[in-house]
Amino acid sequence: MTFLLRRFVFYVVTAWAAITLNFFIPRMLPGNPVQSLINRYQGQLSTDATQALYAMFGLDKETSVWQQYLDYWGNLFQGDFGLSFTYFPTPVADVIEQSIPWTLILVGVSTLISFVLGTLAGVYIGWRRGRWTDSLLPVGSFFSAIPYFWLGLIAISVFAVAWPVFPASGGYDGAFIPSWDPDFIWSAVYHGLLPAITIVVSSVAGWALGMRNMTVTVSSEDYVTVAHAKGLKERTVMFGYAARNAILPNISGFALSLGFIVGGTLVTEIVFSYPGIGYVLYQGVSSKDYPLMQGVFLIITLSVLVANMLADLAYAALDPRTRQEG
Amino acid sequence: MAAAPTTVDLPVETGEHGITPKKGRGGRGAWTIFRNRKAIVGLSILGFFALIAAVGEFIAPYDPNKVSSTLMSGPSGAHWLGTTNTGQDIMSQLIVGTRGVLVVGLLAGAIATAISVLIGVTAGFVGGVGDEFLSLLANVFLVIPALPLIIIIASQLPEAGGTTVALVIAFTGWAWGSRILRAQTLSLRRRDFVEAARANGESLWRIVCFEILPNLTAIIASGFIGTVIFAVLSQITLAFIGVTSVSTWNWGTILFWAQSNQALAQGAWWWFVPAGLCIAALGTALTLINFGIDEFVNPRLRTTGGSAKALRAKRIRARVGFTPVYRAPAEKRGED
Repeated sequence: MTFLLRRFVFYVVTAWAAITLNFFIPRMLPGNPVQSLINRYQGQLSTDATQALYAMFGLDKETSVWQQYLDYWGNLFQGDFGLSFTYFPTPVADVIEQSIPWTLILVGVSTLISFVLGTLAGVYIGWRRGRWTDSLLPVGSFFSAIPYFWLGLIAISVFAVAWPVFPASGGYDGAFIPSWDPDFIWSAVYHGLLPAITIVVSSVAGWALGMRNMTVTVSSEDYVTVAHAKGLKERTVMFGYAARNAILPNISGFALSLGFIVGGTLVTEIVFSYPGIGYVLYQGVSSKDYPLMQGVFLIITLSVLVANMLADLAYAALDPRTRQEG
Repeated sequence: MAAAPTTVDLPVETGEHGITPKKGRGGRGAWTIFRNRKAIVGLSILGFFALIAAVGEFIAPYDPNKVSSTLMSGPSGAHWLGTTNTGQDIMSQLIVGTRGVLVVGLLAGAIATAISVLIGVTAGFVGGVGDEFLSLLANVFLVIPALPLIIIIASQLPEAGGTTVALVIAFTGWAWGSRILRAQTLSLRRRDFVEAARANGESLWRIVCFEILPNLTAIIASGFIGTVIFAVLSQITLAFIGVTSVSTWNWGTILFWAQSNQALAQGAWWWFVPAGLCIAALGTALTLINFGIDEFVNPRLRTTGGSAKALRAKRIRARVGFTPVYRAPAEKRGED
């Protein structure tokens, strides 16, 4: 249990750090984007919204930073991220709430598929080191060097423009209203396929490479040799002895690289104009909607923390050493 | 001599002929890395881009900003990679943009590596509370998604030019390297040679700089290259979504203009394909260099492509977990 407890404390600290960072970034940076923004939106923003912005970005010289910090926390606990400019006067929290299911499903499903496929491929390639499968490695490194968004551009130009089998953008057919209607769900799945395939193709090689290297390293351990010597079946040795040990670093790697992956997939959403959180972030960036950007950053960070915690639970389940006391 | 079966290490030099390891391997100096085929290919591609970055303005056929009357045309003799919707030459944009990509990538990589060495080695060497704190700091930065953080910092800066972007990327990208360096320093800290240096009464700085750091060179190098890959990708992504200044050319800026002018819908592939291929080529080159370093550090990882073929020719089956044994041919066994 100490392992899980330690990890839990770590996540609490990280969440605190992220939230505090989010508070200080607009205050520490030079220049005053918010002031110019308020001037630009003069007349369109209500007094309340202007006041909220002042408080949020520390332009309110009357109150001390400490008091601002406390207010900021108070607002957060009420789920109040301020008002969005782009979708004025919708609160940021509502905008995020609408977009988050799309991202969770798209990014969640495609990342899991890519992790499982990549890990299996890595075990196989690592086990049969020195065969033709090794020549897949340079191809794999080429694919993992491609930015997600560029692969998305290519996918659109091939499968949506030149050979229109998939829709080029959006998360569902504009004729539908989001609901649990089967037609709508089918439309959403159909729109999600191309972005999902893009994410899987560009990330699978990374998992495969990591797993391959771990399998190669583990396969010369003594316990693998002993398992061979006992005359166990190749499959048993491969999965029960080598892969089982090789996967541990890959799982902690999974947790640690989630941040990178999420970053990449957000940009994929932008390319496909997919109605997820990445696209919302993009709209926030292009219209200088600071409350929206900050809210999105917080939500992304907190979701990555939760995903990390789940990966830790999986790690604890797989590695008995973490369950030992002391 | 030949009576004893010749034992062959699986990771022999990837020479095409023969499985006998070369005699007198010439030591395992740092230059061995240049004998690794992957590293050589990677270094050549990187060198090619570096050359273009250095002489970009002089070899670019046109001024990348100059508009012309050849609008949205595909590759031709006059414009090898076609033109944009305002008639700008795409190849010139690519060539001139190379410098921005490389400079920001290398600068960010260098700064991030400096931070990671400082924090990682200190954490590993000091131990105790200091270590706990620094590791916590690194882990926090590792878990917070870097790209959104970079986006919100860069988009709030008044002027997001090359150096600023490099600093922001370095600030968010140092944690991975520091984690690995800390682990390695921990394992070095109690080695005999460090203990000997300590017993000799050498100063802390001398131990760190002359006993620990030289042993971390390969890891620092591979961390540096990993950070450069990360920096190149982040910087191009930032330019692509229009967070950084769109007036200076880099490969991301080209993609930004292509995307915002509907190059996709118009089928103008020459506008966005070459930039992506350049990114992928540069990324692959850096990854290959890193493979070279990894294989130099961890010989088990060496692909046995060539020698596996040679082994099979001699009817030896390379199996995982076993050292292949080369049985000398029967007629030779008799002689002595």
